[in-house]
Amino acid sequence: MLVAAACGQATPAPTPTGGAGASATTAPAARGQGGELKIIYWQAPTILNPHQAGGTKDNDASRLIVEPLASWGPDGKPVAILAAEVPTLANGGVSKDLTTVTWKLKTGVKWSDGSAFTADDVAFMFTYRCNADTAATTASACKSTASVTAKDPNTVVVTYKQPNANFYEWGVGTQDSIIQKAQFNDCVGAKAKDCPANLKPIGTGPYKLVEFKPGDVVSYAMNDNFRDPSKPFFKTVTIKGGGDAEGAARAVCQTGEADYGWNLQIPLAVLQPMLSAAASKCQFPSSYNALERITVNFANPDPALGEKRSEPDTKHPFLSDLNVRRALAMSANRAAVAEQLYGKPGGEAYCNVIVFPRSKNTDSLDVCKYDVAAAEKVLQDNGWVKGTDGVRAKDGVKLVINYQTSTNAARQKTQEILKADWEKIGFKVNITNSSATTFFTNTAPDGYAKFYADLEEFASSQDPDPTSFLEQYICEEANAKANNWNKNNIGRYCDPAFDAIIKSLKAETDQAKRDQLAIQANDYLVKNVAVISLVNRTAPTPNGFSKGLKGVKQSPFDSSLWDVMDWTK
Amino acid sequence: MGRFIARRLLIAIPTLIAISFVMYAILALAPIDPLAQFALDPRVPPEVRENVKRSLGLDQPWPIRYVKWLTSVAQGNFGISFMTHAPVADLIWQRLPNTLAVVGIAYVIGLFIALPAGIISAIRRNSIVDHVISSFAYIGFSVPTFFTGILLIIIFSIKLGWFTFLYDSRLQVRDFETLVAQIKQSIMPITVLALFDAAVLTRYVRASMLENLPLDYVRTAHAKGLGERFVVLGHVLRNSLIPVVTLVALGVPAVFGGAIVTEQIFHVPGIGELLVTSIGTGDTPVVAAVVLLFAVLVVAFNLIADILYAVLDPRIKYA
Repeated sequence: MLVAAACGQATPAPTPTGGAGASATTAPAARGQGGELKIIYWQAPTILNPHQAGGTKDNDASRLIVEPLASWGPDGKPVAILAAEVPTLANGGVSKDLTTVTWKLKTGVKWSDGSAFTADDVAFMFTYRCNADTAATTASACKSTASVTAKDPNTVVVTYKQPNANFYEWGVGTQDSIIQKAQFNDCVGAKAKDCPANLKPIGTGPYKLVEFKPGDVVSYAMNDNFRDPSKPFFKTVTIKGGGDAEGAARAVCQTGEADYGWNLQIPLAVLQPMLSAAASKCQFPSSYNALERITVNFANPDPALGEKRSEPDTKHPFLSDLNVRRALAMSANRAAVAEQLYGKPGGEAYCNVIVFPRSKNTDSLDVCKYDVAAAEKVLQDNGWVKGTDGVRAKDGVKLVINYQTSTNAARQKTQEILKADWEKIGFKVNITNSSATTFFTNTAPDGYAKFYADLEEFASSQDPDPTSFLEQYICEEANAKANNWNKNNIGRYCDPAFDAIIKSLKAETDQAKRDQLAIQANDYLVKNVAVISLVNRTAPTPNGFSKGLKGVKQSPFDSSLWDVMDWTK
Repeated sequence: MGRFIARRLLIAIPTLIAISFVMYAILALAPIDPLAQFALDPRVPPEVRENVKRSLGLDQPWPIRYVKWLTSVAQGNFGISFMTHAPVADLIWQRLPNTLAVVGIAYVIGLFIALPAGIISAIRRNSIVDHVISSFAYIGFSVPTFFTGILLIIIFSIKLGWFTFLYDSRLQVRDFETLVAQIKQSIMPITVLALFDAAVLTRYVRASMLENLPLDYVRTAHAKGLGERFVVLGHVLRNSLIPVVTLVALGVPAVFGGAIVTEQIFHVPGIGELLVTSIGTGDTPVVAAVVLLFAVLVVAFNLIADILYAVLDPRIKYA
């Protein structure tokens, strides 16, 4: 047949990559010694301006070109990039009242076009992204920032409207990448969207753009003006987009056609053989910070309520009972979910709500231990009696749960694992899923934001400072029709005692005391089962790297390409 | 004939408008959010996402968006993609060569396999050769392309390491070396698609030949003392090809539409891949343009098929 004939004629090559970089394996790291770095993103980058990004893929692809003042390091502390040093309270960069932050910039930094990088460029980024008509996806820091001004060519002063304990809100991480003023000056406001510069930004980063085919491939070449003369190691970089996660995993782990594959979250049953095979070419660094959790609905999702359905002023018929929530948490087999579905590359079983700082107090709590018999006893002792159909009920209220999530192999298996245990102790569980593109909207009736179900499962990451994550459990943030389901408190949890802890956390400036308050808030949520945490997943995403690649330090708080200039082979 | 074509072209306009309306309505009513990827990113809060959606014009009611879109399409402007903020036409042009280089070539190869296979199968009816060809044809169109695709990847990329399954659209064929590289990166998707196309077309060629073989004019030709080869190729094949040619013409729009599954598996950045990712990200302008393009091609090639039919078969006349 055709295949056989053609293959017979083809010259068999040892590996398809062939590798121009192979010769440099033993050479010490030096600029441009490393040939091509091949990266695969199954979601292809579509734009290279991080302020107009449509997803992580775009932030990552732009990060090789444009950089922030500082990056979030693996330990959650800022690492100076364009800044000469990270401002702190100790070095006087952060004012005592926590309202102004003074950033000193590195001197002699040049854009890839040879022009000088100055404080004006940094100040311009404020004008650009905080103009409402620019509609930047990075505009969140604008709410709390009063101004960003260039004091002199190497000094930038950030002024917050109020004392801001999260004083790195402006300046650190992918969201704060600095674009060139000269290039984007005419692209502010309504002109920002179809500005041609979005597809070919000039940056200060280790690489500059060679060719960009949106939705397909990005090719980069070394930036000759990069401030560190010994970096980057790889002469060129290619980000190939498209396909699916499984294909990307094959390219990194089996054929070695790619050095780095982004977000290889595929069923463990498929991934594990690729990893454990003798010929496996990949490794997965683990840095966990994405909480896979079950959000509990405290409002009543009964369709009979019509417009009032799941509104914060309604009360859930049985999930408002702490005993029922405790029973659910106690019979949730977190270890099985973590080990069977995520494995080491994917995550670890987790019972806390916040990831940093990590509370140790919850280890001994009964709601964090898997004990089906104890869970059943909680229901039995509190008047939830099994009916003839095996479903427990009290005062005519039956424990029938609708449990929804997005379509994703691991999540559907999680649903099954939890359902099996919950049905053992007298719940009736109906599981549903809808595609990620509709589930993660505030418009779909089966979406996560409207939450017309009793329980729902999804994951999200957190900042190194836990305040904003904890704030999603305060009364004021409750999702409702009135705010177009655009708030962060999806479960409509509301407890004045918890709100009080958050209030004091926001007012506190001493770091040790802040950590204490954060842990107190965490423990409060866990004890009251405001949410059922399951797995602390790999962040930013489970990324696979070729075993030959060295110097990769993944940070759970920043882009997976934040340290690409340090990668060698 | 001229009047027939003119009438058909006029009918095509309302047809296309109806298609575009239904398609746009479905897209607009589907609760897909172009920023769903950021839904749970704490750094992209809901009010920021709302503002971006407003800037994309998504706060307007969809019938208004449809009328605006239709007006600009009528002027040849397909709009700006939500994701890349670049003209949609550019994205389509960028991908068309990849689709034609893989799906188009596969279709031609499929046709060249199907013709001899179908003819031999028909004239040697019920022989071993016929059974072998028919079996392959059945397997070809009953085994899905996502299966054969993965199978080829496992054998030729992973086990043998001969071919890449990451299609590089930047490769330009300039000399022998780049030609070899192009063959190496496209041979697997082409094989998968060509086998499928060949399987379908073989069945048609065979059936059509079998219909013609027992007819009177064939007996007459034999009686005249014409050679077997001339009877089959000169008479039977010519007449048998009439339905096949129209079928081939009707299949051409599918070539431009790309092969969604195969393109995805082999990372070919073609039209099909563009369509799928755009649906996933709620990039309405791109989806609308690709679907409309597809509709135009279907209408056009239907007309071409009808015209070809009249040209090939003198018994058919359009008034």
